[in-house]
Amino acid sequence: MRPFVIRRPKSLDEAQDAARERPQDGVLRAGGIDLIDRMKEGIDAPAELVELRGLADETGELMRALGPAGDGMQVGALVTLAQLAAHEGFGAARAALREAAGSAATPTIRNAATLGGNLLQRPRCWYFRHADLVCLKKGGTACLAVSGENKFHAILGGGPSFIVHPSTLACALTALDAQVEVRGAEARTIAIGELFLTPKQDARREHTLEPGEVLVRAILPKAGDDQRSGYAAVKEKQSHDWPMAEAAVKMSLQSGVMTDVRVVLGHVAPIPWRSREAEAALEGKPASAALFAEAAKAALAEARPLRDNAYKIPLAQGLLREVLHRVAGVPLPE
Amino acid sequence: MSDRARITRRGLFRGIGTAGLLAGCKPSERPPTTTEDGEQPPPAGSAGALGPGPSPLEFTLNGQRQVAEVAPHVTLLAALREQLRVTGPKVVCDRGACGACTVLVDGVARNSCMMLAHDVDGAAVTTVEGLSQGGKLSVLQEAFIRHDALQCGFCTSGMLMSCQALLGRTQLEREDVEAAIAGNLCRCGTYPNVVAAVLDAAKGSA
Repeated sequence: MRPFVIRRPKSLDEAQDAARERPQDGVLRAGGIDLIDRMKEGIDAPAELVELRGLADETGELMRALGPAGDGMQVGALVTLAQLAAHEGFGAARAALREAAGSAATPTIRNAATLGGNLLQRPRCWYFRHADLVCLKKGGTACLAVSGENKFHAILGGGPSFIVHPSTLACALTALDAQVEVRGAEARTIAIGELFLTPKQDARREHTLEPGEVLVRAILPKAGDDQRSGYAAVKEKQSHDWPMAEAAVKMSLQSGVMTDVRVVLGHVAPIPWRSREAEAALEGKPASAALFAEAAKAALAEARPLRDNAYKIPLAQGLLREVLHRVAGVPLPE
Repeated sequence: MSDRARITRRGLFRGIGTAGLLAGCKPSERPPTTTEDGEQPPPAGSAGALGPGPSPLEFTLNGQRQVAEVAPHVTLLAALREQLRVTGPKVVCDRGACGACTVLVDGVARNSCMMLAHDVDGAAVTTVEGLSQGGKLSVLQEAFIRHDALQCGFCTSGMLMSCQALLGRTQLEREDVEAAIAGNLCRCGTYPNVVAAVLDAAKGSA
């Protein structure tokens, strides 16, 4: 790591002044797990770290909030994954978020890693993370995964970059119709889908925040008594590994009929991949094993695998079916 | 104990290392304080900022107040091992993947390699050195020995800290222990004995 300066602003204004002063070489820091990793790998060398954890103003309070807000819920950007995984207020309706948080990384990493950092971390692609390689994301002319080792890359929505979005919480929050509050020169609240950028929109960035803007919290809308959700991931190792595929599902279930269905796949595309095809296949229909198989097929119908990652198609299909069965309470066949 | 026992493996290596370093150095060169590339720090930041050079840091380490001068880019692990000579936390992956560097920060298990030394400003840090009291091993350490919960021992100082964070919880189940050590990599595969040791220690300390 190259030497740097640490600033500890007490208010959002101070933090933004610090970030605006040196937009090129200052970075905002929450838990710092991804940031320290990038600095150690030599792919980032900020001259200044602006610490967000010490914010003592109203924004700081919101960034640490976890609990009911209005008729929904709020989760502050500084809330750790460990806090999320242990929180008892999510219920069956928002279980997907609790399950996702408890599945990421390791217990000790989860004690440090935050919701904000998880959503805004940079891709884990091995070409991007290699200090000596200039990939598309770092100003190069091509995504090196296209003709390289692409076992863990995108099968949906890829091009020109084929990263998979690294955030596990993004997958669950998308399924739960979350919004995120962002504060910069002005405050704005956007649907979580508007936080992420496809590589076609901008191959060098993964999110829409401007310099000096801070992600303050995620807001989960009101959930009816019949809402339920779930999340699962497949990894090569059970602990401390990046998923090969993830699935998050939310639905309202009344007398076995599914409505308001959300189906989101993770680690298959450069953004959390909402499958409207699968949602349409399930919406308004009675839950059944045959229907789930059909929905899973629909979710992956547009998949275009690279040389090494066609395995993700059946993997994601199977995982999605498993989560649908669990969330809808339909016993698995076989 | 004989005088011989006072020569420790680490003391011996440190002595040789220092002698070797001095032999190869011009008198004006000071020993490195981190394992990093030793580039010149950028010019000092504005008022209210910390660094980029060594800056005062105060925290509690194993019950003792510590005051040190540490540069902002030094990780807690590097500061503990290389500046404060507390070598219980081990450097293995240095990326938060293995848990050999696990310490407790205000009672919470953390990867000391993935945090900056200045993150523990004002906090209480416990390393494996802080588990024993007055030369007497802790209940957990005794249980590790009883259950043969280590082989090569390189993960043990981190493993103990993740397990220590669990003790004091009521109703500790096998699954709780397995979940708690999911970030501590043991290449010898001693996990079953670790779980047995922690469950035993939890019974003993309850």
